[in-house]
Amino acid sequence: MVAIAEKIHGSRSRFQIVFDRPRVLGAAFLTPAILYILLLVGLPFLLAVYYALSAYTIYNPSYHFVGLRNFVEVVESDIFRRTLLNTFIFTIGSQILGLILGKFGALLLLRPFPGRKIVRALIILPWAVPIALATVAWEWMFDSLYSVINRTLIALGLMLRADAPNWLGEPGLAMLCVIIVNAWRFFPFAIVIFLAGITAVPQDVLDAATVDGAGFWRRNYQIIVPIIAPIVVVGLIFGTVFTFTDLSIVYLLTNGGPVNATQVLGNLGFQIGILSGDVAHGAAVSLFMFPVLFLLVIVMLRFIRRREI
Amino acid sequence: MSAISANEISKNFGEVTAVDGISLAVRDGEFMVLLGPSGCGKTTFLRIIAGLEQQSAGDILIGGAVVNGVPPRARGIAMVFQSYGLYPHFTIRDNIAFPLKTQRVPKPQIRPKVAWAAQLLGIEHLLDRRPRQLSGGERQRVALARALVRDPTVFLLDEPLSNLDAKLRASARNEIKQFQQRVGTTTIYVTHDQVEAMGMGDRIAVINQGKVRQVGTPTTIYEDPADRFVATFVGTPPMNLVTWNSGHLGFRPEHFLPKEMIQDGAVTEFSYRVNRTEYLGSERIVYGELDGLLSPQEVTAKLPPAHVPLESIRPGEWHAFAVRNGQLCYFDEDGKRARRH
Repeated sequence: MVAIAEKIHGSRSRFQIVFDRPRVLGAAFLTPAILYILLLVGLPFLLAVYYALSAYTIYNPSYHFVGLRNFVEVVESDIFRRTLLNTFIFTIGSQILGLILGKFGALLLLRPFPGRKIVRALIILPWAVPIALATVAWEWMFDSLYSVINRTLIALGLMLRADAPNWLGEPGLAMLCVIIVNAWRFFPFAIVIFLAGITAVPQDVLDAATVDGAGFWRRNYQIIVPIIAPIVVVGLIFGTVFTFTDLSIVYLLTNGGPVNATQVLGNLGFQIGILSGDVAHGAAVSLFMFPVLFLLVIVMLRFIRRREI
Repeated sequence: MSAISANEISKNFGEVTAVDGISLAVRDGEFMVLLGPSGCGKTTFLRIIAGLEQQSAGDILIGGAVVNGVPPRARGIAMVFQSYGLYPHFTIRDNIAFPLKTQRVPKPQIRPKVAWAAQLLGIEHLLDRRPRQLSGGERQRVALARALVRDPTVFLLDEPLSNLDAKLRASARNEIKQFQQRVGTTTIYVTHDQVEAMGMGDRIAVINQGKVRQVGTPTTIYEDPADRFVATFVGTPPMNLVTWNSGHLGFRPEHFLPKEMIQDGAVTEFSYRVNRTEYLGSERIVYGELDGLLSPQEVTAKLPPAHVPLESIRPGEWHAFAVRNGQLCYFDEDGKRARRH
């Protein structure tokens, strides 16, 4: 027996044997991911904390420690408070709109109809199109002069030329526009999440509900939605985190305007920290996202655990 | 008056005909079993009765009234599904109460009703748990309790025992049958398991390829099968069939005995070559073939060991076996039962 075992060992390199140990192999597989997180997430985060506590600007790159002064100044500014509120409105608004569109889209796509497969493939497009391209297209649709939406409404006689809204020029409408574009980008993802959830509900459970006398609404909101809630909540976490930190749509569509009516944390941090070169205040603004997202993720993860089936 | 009747029910899924003109009348309080191999259309037929599928043709009558197009909730039926269909996010109490809530039964009446059903099925101690914390047998009882609270005119059970292990299945079979006798509700029970069908059914409807082959009591189905399919589907081992003129001659393995064991009446004799024997304790199965017909034909015999000593029948030997003439079944070339040969 001993001889056989030695022979087998002898035919393989030391290298292979080391990698047969679960601890070594596991560590080897995990290392790239851990390195990635440390270098590209952890390090910039710590750097941001460091900048936010200093008086660093690109004109005067000194690491002079100023404590929480930057945060206090940021919180005292009206623009920042407006921005924080905007970020919540933008995030919550587009998530709600996206979820509603996603739910109904999924219900429609569950029904068999000719060409369903093609529609299912096309519906994913808003998600697949580069956001810069899509936003430019939307920008033209909301344009003050050439808006397709306005021109269509005028041509149909539903609106007078004099009443045509300046979508991106009025504060309330501009916020609506960025929410619509973000919801438009998010809803295919919501549809996929809802489709996955709904198709995973056992047919027996749906049939039982039908026989037990549940109509469309009761079946949807007392049976299907609670059963798929854990899946939807995971999708909502992703959507919320991405939207809360997002600046691309706002940057491309309104750049925060008019007069900061659509300013969000990501864009404000970018404007102050990068464009104006005040890295310290920019970092302080951006770091305000962290506690909000941290709390959000904890709350939602607890919710998932509680609703686990 | 029959509680449920189906007149010429058909159901097509595109090119496929799942149910092909089934007519069936179920009597009030009866336990009717729909028996057939998987894919024979029995579950589709049950779902048509429930209103979960719409028939392509034909009428369903419940309590004498045509219910075509009436939604499931208005048909006065309750259904138990193969995997029970319990609501995973509700407690057992809420699961059982759900049909009452949808009917807008006042709250004070719901609680005692749920307690009554739970007590009848012995699941009072489980009411505050959730389905995932229950065993298969317990889930099945919850499903029955949920069906019971609605006071349905008909129970529809779709293979309710197929998710249980063999041992539990035997006791659950007994429980369902006793439960049905106690509440006396008309029941239609779908299964592919002939033991369940024979053991539970007041009557059995044997279904194959979307058609009812025979309706009758377990005794009739077993002893007087209407065609070759029924004869071979029911019984373990199945009925022996040997080609006979243009059709077939059938006889049950337990009726195929050594000639000396049959003393009375007219018999038909066969020359039987034994190939292999199986000792199963309470019985012995003998595999062999008959000679003297057109070609050698495989035939099985089931012998009570007490009457036939083990060593008297060995592989390779020829024996004289016989069947009482009254126990022979003749089938014509179409497989239909022929009364005279």
